[in-house]
Amino acid sequence: MRAPSSELPIEFDHVTLTAGGVTILDQITLTLAPGAPTVLIGPNGSGKSTLLRVAMGLLSPSRGRITWGGLEDVPPLKRAIVFQRPAMLRRSAAANIRFALRAAGIPRAEHARRTGELLELVGLAHVADRAARRLSGGEQQRLALARALARDPAVLFLDEPTASLDPVATKGVEDIIRAVSERNIKVVMATHDLGEARRLAGDVVMLHRGRIVERGVAVSFFDAPQTGEARAFLAGELLI
Amino acid sequence: MTQDVTALQLVLSGDPALFAIVRLSLYVSLSAVALAALIGIPLGAWIALTKFPGRQGVIVLLNALMGLPPVVVGLAVYLMLSRSGPLGAFGLLFTPGAMIVAQTVLVTPIIAALARQTIEDLWIEYRDELSAMNLGPLGRVAALIWDARFSLVTALLAGFGRAAAEVGAIIIVGGNIEGFTRTMTTAIALETSKGDLPLAVGLGLVLIAIVIAVNALAWTARRAGERLAG
Repeated sequence: MRAPSSELPIEFDHVTLTAGGVTILDQITLTLAPGAPTVLIGPNGSGKSTLLRVAMGLLSPSRGRITWGGLEDVPPLKRAIVFQRPAMLRRSAAANIRFALRAAGIPRAEHARRTGELLELVGLAHVADRAARRLSGGEQQRLALARALARDPAVLFLDEPTASLDPVATKGVEDIIRAVSERNIKVVMATHDLGEARRLAGDVVMLHRGRIVERGVAVSFFDAPQTGEARAFLAGELLI
Repeated sequence: MTQDVTALQLVLSGDPALFAIVRLSLYVSLSAVALAALIGIPLGAWIALTKFPGRQGVIVLLNALMGLPPVVVGLAVYLMLSRSGPLGAFGLLFTPGAMIVAQTVLVTPIIAALARQTIEDLWIEYRDELSAMNLGPLGRVAALIWDARFSLVTALLAGFGRAAAEVGAIIIVGGNIEGFTRTMTTAIALETSKGDLPLAVGLGLVLIAIVIAVNALAWTARRAGERLAG
């Protein structure tokens, strides 16, 4: 079990982000605390990916502020992210993980053991020496997960981790996400797949047009949504 | 050299003078490419990753310098290295060293411009991941150069092709001195003007064969490497 980390809670205080005159995030106030996975849902363009990037520290708010464990400008040493389309380094699967271990400043003596463990965790030990870019989509997504976990993160951001995967590959990725969450790593995941949100979420934050329209514990959100937008989205209507 | 010796016989006989010319040509051009790579690849990477005022202008200029006329480079290096020039004290003029300098000047913009393009394309792909890994500038450059290594081979080949083929710069700063600064291209120019066409043709065949062999070797290495690393 992991000691409470200084990364959490992550607190958004009236965070607004504009780019080229377009408001992408609009007055987001949100606390991401330790616990079960937080799932961000909402239609495409609702600001989920941008919110993850701000939480990761890759983008700075135009207005408002964000703190990690009460501090501003905390470098992403104990945070990791898996992008929707992860870039695979032009190296073997194992070398991709070793690269992440090196970047995270993990002592070289531990690299071989950690690389083996991580490949085992994501079920890729048999393709360790295969070029990462030659792996299938599902395998690449799992390798990206292993690479993110190489940083030994306290919080893991996932941007549509199963968006382009078939059901078998999706199950593989979701099983890893569950295993990660059980290790007390805070998972914050964006998806527009409601089934996946139901399967994984501890609590849900629904975004629409850059605003939080509803949030709550997953069970009550799915059973009794409070807002018209959430009801419409859950009913499968097109939110525009 | 009599006129009835054919070019092919000359090449096959392994004439020691011919061998010395070939060896000097390779020494000069490969040294120039190595130096240009040491300058051009980091320079290209730096331009690819850095935002600064006038960056677009620098890129246009760099691309334009890929087409530097060799005779103009030869003249400029001649002026720098001549006894009264700023670098005259080194006594490099009419030595292989002067030829290496001239070809380095010619090849560096080619390697830098191609490396800039290659590394910038890769940077666009890797930027998010490398930023998320909190990698510093040197770590980024190292990762990008390493992962672009097979594409950068193409930049080196383009530079080698330029160096091996040019005659204008090295004939000015090297002087085409027999047994000292005579390369394949300068010898071809000389022998053609003297009318010794078999020797000129023989050297021409060797030059083309070397360029093909170097490219084939690099292509094979690149394919093998890509199969392993993706």
